Amino acid sequence: MSSLLKVENLYVSIDDKMILKGVDLEVRQGEIHALMGPNGSGKSTLAYALMGHPKYEIVDGQISIDGVSLNELEPDSRARMGLFLAFQYPVTVPGVKVADFLRHAVTNVRNPNRKEGEGLIPMREFRAELKSRMDELGIEAEFARRYLNDGFSGGEKKRMEILQLAMLRPKFAILDETDSGLDSDAVRFVSEAISRLAGPDMAIIIITHHERLLEFNRPQLTHVMLAGRVVERGEAALAHELHDQGYAGVRLRHPEAAAEEQEAAAALAGKQPVLAK
Amino acid sequence: MATDLKTATEDDIGVGEYQYGFHDSTDKYVFTARKGLDRDIVAQISEMKDEPAWMREFRLSSLETFWKKPLPLWGGELRNLDFQDIHYYVKASLGQERNWDDVPDEIRKTYDRLGIPEAERKYLAGVKAQYESEVVYGSLHEDLAKQGVIFTDTDSAMRDHPDLFREYFGTVIPPADNKFAALNSAVWSGGSFIYVPKGVKIEFPLQAYFRINSENMGQFERTLIIVDEGASVHYVEGCTAPTYSSESLHSAVVEIIVKRGARCRYTTIQNWSSNVYNLVTKRAMAYGDSLMEWVDGNLGSRLTMKYPAIYLMEPGARGETLSIAFAGKGQHQDAGAKMVHCAPNTYSRIISKSISKSGGRASYRGLVKVANGATGCKSNVVCDALLLDSDSRSDTYPYMEIDEDNVVIEHEASVSKISDEQLFYLMSRGMTEAEASSMIVTGFIEPLVKELPMEYAVEMNRLIELQMEGSIG
Repeated sequence: MSSLLKVENLYVSIDDKMILKGVDLEVRQGEIHALMGPNGSGKSTLAYALMGHPKYEIVDGQISIDGVSLNELEPDSRARMGLFLAFQYPVTVPGVKVADFLRHAVTNVRNPNRKEGEGLIPMREFRAELKSRMDELGIEAEFARRYLNDGFSGGEKKRMEILQLAMLRPKFAILDETDSGLDSDAVRFVSEAISRLAGPDMAIIIITHHERLLEFNRPQLTHVMLAGRVVERGEAALAHELHDQGYAGVRLRHPEAAAEEQEAAAALAGKQPVLAK
Repeated sequence: MATDLKTATEDDIGVGEYQYGFHDSTDKYVFTARKGLDRDIVAQISEMKDEPAWMREFRLSSLETFWKKPLPLWGGELRNLDFQDIHYYVKASLGQERNWDDVPDEIRKTYDRLGIPEAERKYLAGVKAQYESEVVYGSLHEDLAKQGVIFTDTDSAMRDHPDLFREYFGTVIPPADNKFAALNSAVWSGGSFIYVPKGVKIEFPLQAYFRINSENMGQFERTLIIVDEGASVHYVEGCTAPTYSSESLHSAVVEIIVKRGARCRYTTIQNWSSNVYNLVTKRAMAYGDSLMEWVDGNLGSRLTMKYPAIYLMEPGARGETLSIAFAGKGQHQDAGAKMVHCAPNTYSRIISKSISKSGGRASYRGLVKVANGATGCKSNVVCDALLLDSDSRSDTYPYMEIDEDNVVIEHEASVSKISDEQLFYLMSRGMTEAEASSMIVTGFIEPLVKELPMEYAVEMNRLIELQMEGSIG
């Protein structure tokens, strides 16, 4: 039976500032969803809140997988339940080799009840699997011996996220602007890799401003966020419209949310002159 | 093995994960000097060892020097150290054995627990095991002995190789160097003596293992290493002690002479229990085109003050110090390095990494000195500190005395904390918070650990993981 990720009436604040104001979302294993919206509409906040970043406080609502609440779970428990976030800005962890990191990650995610200090998956088996995933994705073997994201170019960091996705095979993968800041070759790499990885066992939630990623990976459903809510849902055509015409139409159709968005933007802009005095 | 170690004695003050805090009975000891330090005790040690008159005089005059020297006012807190509350000489068994089966059972079991005989079988060219004040076991591969390599305890070296011994003993670190060098010169016992003849390259490491067992014990080993022209050696020492509620003192002196074109690497993995004051003077003289390397891992002790020094005496000499310090609860690691460029075209590098957690304090204290006329020298110093929480502390005290213009001196220092974003990233991949922290720490010291031979690298990582366990909460 396929799993279901459910977000109900989710309110999330950062430093006591409410960012998400009642988000609803349902994603079933095997589906592809697009999550769009202008800057500051709450897309990345939703991604971080789903993964359990400690600064993102759930004020109200519910995140669950197959009816099991994730609200109180640490990020590692969520990962073990099959959730994955491809970061927009992956951090550097100097001195930790990609292969060692992945072996730990894969071991934990595949053996959710593993106690600390218990054995890792066998080296030989792991190496073979890593090599074949890297070959499929066209990633050079040398990558595995480098330190995690240390000195990686923007494109390499995104490839690293995709490699992790391929190794961890989550039930629900959130891709947070994995296409941002990449040249068109790199975007094609990401796009093709996702379409290869997608399948009945994996749901993919693609957060993007562009249409490129969605060409190869046609979403069943597109969600549009504005001022911390999902204001519209539609099929692939909606993503296409947004790409062509921007968010003007969405703002027109949702004047209340648009006004809130303006207020928030003004408050942010207003801060600086005050400080300057 | 773990359960064995946790049959905590009443003396165990429960400092958490320290693995080597067990101790053996002292009932069968051959001799234990009364507590305290005076001329009688020093004379008694010399007598028991049946030493020549010159050494007895050397000891007694060093004692006078010790009394005259003030305690250092910098570094760590030494005022709680009571020099009269220590046994300066403790002999646990009759002699030094060449076969583990001949070592008294209780002592042998201790070394079994520490894994020394196993390591010896697998990858060592020779072993010395010092228990309290004396070396209880010694071995050296036969072919090395045939090539003229000497690896013995320092007392035996004085007796069996008197000329070689007297030519070098005390020449690198004279008793008046500092208060603790004077103390060691007065009461020294045991330690390793190594001579590697011209051109002999020893492939596998020689290891010494220092173990304190009884309470209020002072261990004062004296190590002297001479690497003759074109020869090379890697010497490794490990140190542990039981956990007691009162203090023990470890104050060693290590003198090394690296002659032209020779190489010496000296690796320490110090893991004393947290009641040990570890106040050690280590210095090497490196001659033309030679290479001296200190690899210094300081994980245990209450207070460590240790700054391995290299005097670069002739052109082309190179010195390198890699230092890792881990300061946990109640610990102060004041460690670093000294590089003294006495000749032109000499090169030095210091890499120091420190980690502080649970209120521990790690300080880097280092000196780079370039003498007038030592042109064309290069020195590079990098110290990085990692703080695991806001209770912990890190300091950097870099001293430079540069009396020559035509030199290249570089110094970089950084202090970082484990960032929430790094933790979140690793945890989002299924790592628990403790695993994630441990991984970040392991990565932080990786550039140094990869310099260690495989077996020690594994051991170092394991020790760091043990230190990290239960640290997050």
